Amino acid sequence: MSAVLENDLPALRETLGTGILSENEFRGENTLNVSLEALPKALAFCKEKLNYELLLDISSLDHFGEDPRFEMVYELASLDDTRHLRLKAKVSEDESVPTAIHLWKAADWHEREVWDMMGIPFSGHPDLRRILMWEGYPYFPLRKDFPLAGRPTDMPDVAFSGVAPLEGGPFVTAPGREGGAKREPRARHQE
Amino acid sequence: MFDLRDHVIPQAAHFHPQGLRFCSDQAGRPPPLVKSFTIALSEAPCGTIVPANRVPAMESTAITPVHAAYDSKIEGNIIFTRVDAAINWMRKNSLWPMPMGLACCAIELMATASSRFDISRFGMEVMRFSPRQADVMIVAGTVTYKMALAVKRVWDQMPEPKWCIAMGACASSGGMYRSYAVLQGIDQLIPVDVYISGCPPRPEALIEGLMKLQEKIDAEHSTGEQKRTFFEENA
Repeated sequence: MSAVLENDLPALRETLGTGILSENEFRGENTLNVSLEALPKALAFCKEKLNYELLLDISSLDHFGEDPRFEMVYELASLDDTRHLRLKAKVSEDESVPTAIHLWKAADWHEREVWDMMGIPFSGHPDLRRILMWEGYPYFPLRKDFPLAGRPTDMPDVAFSGVAPLEGGPFVTAPGREGGAKREPRARHQE
Repeated sequence: MFDLRDHVIPQAAHFHPQGLRFCSDQAGRPPPLVKSFTIALSEAPCGTIVPANRVPAMESTAITPVHAAYDSKIEGNIIFTRVDAAINWMRKNSLWPMPMGLACCAIELMATASSRFDISRFGMEVMRFSPRQADVMIVAGTVTYKMALAVKRVWDQMPEPKWCIAMGACASSGGMYRSYAVLQGIDQLIPVDVYISGCPPRPEALIEGLMKLQEKIDAEHSTGEQKRTFFEENA
């Protein structure tokens, strides 16, 4: 497996040169950290020359407090599943990432999800709108500064959302008490 | 189970070979609110009439009312009961569900509808996916905020009388999903009649919830609105 990758990595190093910021290998998984400027060239080279036909996933990370804040992760694979490659690129808050739609059609919805959840815009995307939350939702939920319980929003003619109660209740169970019926979740008196 | 013995007024065994017959009360006035059912209904019991060509199967006195199972060859196609009881009986035994199957509870809903845990026994195998033709909406699964809009719209399209069953933990209270995307219970949007707990509830639990809904329907005063209108118009 990695023997096949031995051919790809030197080719990438030769093509991208200083575009590769670092490389990583962990238990057979190879990762390349590239700069945002080199990213479209890297993706195009992987698809066209190195024949990574499958785009498995596009994901994003939020390094809250660092600059650049976000990081894009592209999982690429060949069709016979012998070669896997991960490309990562750091993105700051005001930068936008060039789309990979022209290379892989699968990038369409993945990029929409990254836009919806993290707020990273993609330049060149034909239809960049929210995919999981509704149009007009004002927040980006997977950012580190967004609470799990959510923030209340209200769009009267479309949808609404409230804050979900977390450990405080309203339904709590009391472990350690005798009997299953007593342990059943009961509505706790809400202040 | 609908037991005719609870509803038949035993003094009034009325045979009529021609079928539909409106029964008038003591003063000869027609009974109010009689609709064109194929069984004769009356709000007040009629006098006993014994036809000449048949031996009455039930002879009762004031002290010992006769309770017998309903045999259509003997009693004809007419039974006596109250309008409310009959309407409730019809409604509860032919509840057509609108399955709002959103997540895993829908699998258990499908299992309940299939042969092992048959809800066709209750007349509920008719899963009407058109809300216009359904009676009860079974919200089975996690309701996200995005889907809540569609659930509310479908609920609004259902005609009265309608009931709602929140099946499973997610529909009742948001379940294990305390997050920004999940509506914490469908009862924040629509009125729920029966909550069924479980994740997912077993088909038997869903059937028990449906039976509880049947008991609730049985206790309803279905003709209250019409009576009020009638008395306002004629009083």
